[in-house]
Amino acid sequence: MDTLALLADGFATSLSPLNLMIVLLGVTAGLFIGAMPGLGSVNGVAIVLPLTFIVPPSSAIILLCAIYYGAMYGGAISSILLGIPGASTAVATTFDGRPLAQQGKAGLALIAAAVASFIGGTISVVLFTLFAVPLADLALAFGPAEEFALVLMAFTTFVGLGGDDKLKTIIMICLGLVLSTVGLDLISGQPRLIFGDLPGFYSGISFLVLAIGVYGIGEILYTIESSRTAPQVTPARITLRDLVDGIRTMNRMWRTMSLGSFLGFFVGMLPAAGATPAALMAYGIARSTSKTPASFGKGNLEGVAAPETANNAASTGSLLPMLTLGIPGSPTTALLLGGMVMWGLMPGPMLFIEQPEFVWGLISSLYTANFAAVAINIALIPLFVWALRMPFTVLCALVMVLCIVGGFAPSQKMHDVWLIAGFGVAGYLLRKADYPLAPLVLALVLGPLMEKSFRQTLIAEQGNIFAFVERPLSGTFIALAALFFVLPLVKYLRKGGARSIAPAE
Amino acid sequence: MIYKMTRRAALAGVASIAMIAAGATSALAENWKPQKPVEMVIMAGQGGGADRLARLFQSIIQKEKLSSMPILPVNKGGGSGAEALRYLKDNAGDAHKIMATLNSYYTTPLRTDIGVDIEEFTPIARMALDTFVLWVNADSDIQTMDDWVAAVKASGGEWKMGGTGTGQEDSLVTAMLEKEFDIKVTYVPFKGGGDVAKNLVGGHIDSTVNNPSEQMGFWQAGKSRPIAAFTPERLEVFPDVPTARELGHDIVYWMQRSFVAPKDMPAEAVTYYTEMFQKLAETEEWQTYTKDKALIADFLTGDELQAYFIEERDKHAAILADMEGDGSS
Repeated sequence: MDTLALLADGFATSLSPLNLMIVLLGVTAGLFIGAMPGLGSVNGVAIVLPLTFIVPPSSAIILLCAIYYGAMYGGAISSILLGIPGASTAVATTFDGRPLAQQGKAGLALIAAAVASFIGGTISVVLFTLFAVPLADLALAFGPAEEFALVLMAFTTFVGLGGDDKLKTIIMICLGLVLSTVGLDLISGQPRLIFGDLPGFYSGISFLVLAIGVYGIGEILYTIESSRTAPQVTPARITLRDLVDGIRTMNRMWRTMSLGSFLGFFVGMLPAAGATPAALMAYGIARSTSKTPASFGKGNLEGVAAPETANNAASTGSLLPMLTLGIPGSPTTALLLGGMVMWGLMPGPMLFIEQPEFVWGLISSLYTANFAAVAINIALIPLFVWALRMPFTVLCALVMVLCIVGGFAPSQKMHDVWLIAGFGVAGYLLRKADYPLAPLVLALVLGPLMEKSFRQTLIAEQGNIFAFVERPLSGTFIALAALFFVLPLVKYLRKGGARSIAPAE
Repeated sequence: MIYKMTRRAALAGVASIAMIAAGATSALAENWKPQKPVEMVIMAGQGGGADRLARLFQSIIQKEKLSSMPILPVNKGGGSGAEALRYLKDNAGDAHKIMATLNSYYTTPLRTDIGVDIEEFTPIARMALDTFVLWVNADSDIQTMDDWVAAVKASGGEWKMGGTGTGQEDSLVTAMLEKEFDIKVTYVPFKGGGDVAKNLVGGHIDSTVNNPSEQMGFWQAGKSRPIAAFTPERLEVFPDVPTARELGHDIVYWMQRSFVAPKDMPAEAVTYYTEMFQKLAETEEWQTYTKDKALIADFLTGDELQAYFIEERDKHAAILADMEGDGSS
């Protein structure tokens, strides 16, 4: 009851005309920032951060969170329309979003992404409202061993549940892990795999460079070859009826979406894990529990809904350790944390007690931001779909420019542009050889976390490898990981067995 | 011209540098302003003490309009700050990059072969000295330094001491403790002080030597307990926490919080940034912050700062040599 009273006070703050306007502004800006490959919520928040002095702290954080939220919605847009994930969190959205767009159902996919994001965001905000303070303790229970087990589980969901050739998936994961070790080692501080002494490699290979290379450039090369002039993308139209139909279709996906929301929220809440593994696991689980798993990856709407609910839920979840412990779960929340320090607010266990009006103003604004984001997103879908009707010759050049600018902008190093070109060619060749690209990209994102936590655990436990199994939380994750890995294998063997018996009869 | 000279003279802390600037391009020196956003490179990951402090500096600069262009903090925490050092080296002559340092400024180039010589960098300003405190989880039975030593000894070398990267400050203080008490701990490196603090409170490590600012939030919430401070005198915020020196163990260690710039930064730009930090050091926000977080504000610039850096580097070389000697035996 106490919580409700506090939340009501919060709404009094967040529904003031100034704050409402700020939410609308932030969400719209975030949507476009998120939709651009190469720009993400980190850039958006970083650019706006210094401007926030002109408004009171509670309005400032509302603005930043609105951008953060908007970008999360927007991330799906380039994943679906162009097949280029704008952020690592949206990689899983490409699996089915891209095929849908190619079938001319881009509008439907975008609606599904928007609605799913809304559901994920709303469910997680409700969870946040109810359990923020007690759940902080769960985040603390996560040490290096648990982090490792969780990442391992994300990988196995992928290998076990992925439909592509399993051997090829594993090969790509290994390749991605090798790429993730490039740069300076955390534990010893020594540079690794820097190709002699190329300074550009000291900071490692960023997700963005690899994703833009293999998805952006690689995809363009592949498309140019496979369809010299004919547009690969069927021109899509969208009407009001499509919208109603879309929402009606979504109505059948409650199970997938609620699962994605809970999963996303809990995984997002763990410091360091974040939205990427959450989206991945949600996709994997949606697929394995589906009645028609074979339709995933070929344009199943549930394949869009699952990762989109999860990554939005996770973005709310990752606010939790930031506010309650002062530990940012992602680069964007680290910036938000920086902002709060700037305004003289100290995130941490005391924030909820000392600054209730700020905290609850923020939480209530997440509700309004969600409503604003879904409304604006759906209103803009015709515009996005219209962009796809451009002739391929034009679109192709435009995407190429976007890719290179997007790859150069964050670090401003030519080194990255050359890398993008290299990865582009590699991505094209890998596609021709039918290797899945997503495991490569995800291994690069999750690899550093996995390696770091693995080594920390071994150091702390005096090299005892069983530490991962002995701790209850990490043991559970390891068991689940093993299950995810073995289960499809058993299924596969059974099917294979049945087939080999059949001809003998 | 005479007027200009007197104004310069008034800026006591920066006079010497301004003079150097005056020698080359006197008109420019007065008028130089950053032409684009200034990158503030942070030698550590997000959320740790160094990061929070750098972002606080950014906010004060922005709020008090001390810089005509925005300051953008960039974390390059990889490899105990090697990433940041290398980055600064590769941007020699750049007038729009400054770096917030910690003690890994000395230790990382000493420990790893990254081709960086800190004598080449341009010193800007030392803002403060940060302090170190020994912390345990509030649920622990340890109340005093003696309890702590007994517990470490009882663990038979399995006592988990968390800290920042191997060879960084936390590991040096840990090494000093090991030497002083003739004990052995297992040192677990984390990406930043924030990570370390969280892992102590979560019970994944047994003790830490976090800076007060990193544990303050948890301490206020009653989740962690300070055991001893590694300062010459008791800290104002923890009047009941004894110093190691009081207890008869002479361990004193500081962490410097300074700003440096790339080699060959134009002299007029150096003047600009030095003045900017001088003004920052005088703001009320900064003075309140240093008091609350148990920082010692000790402003230093120019050649004196460079001399300080070199002296500290030699001291750290000795500590490191000691550590490695221990390791091999």
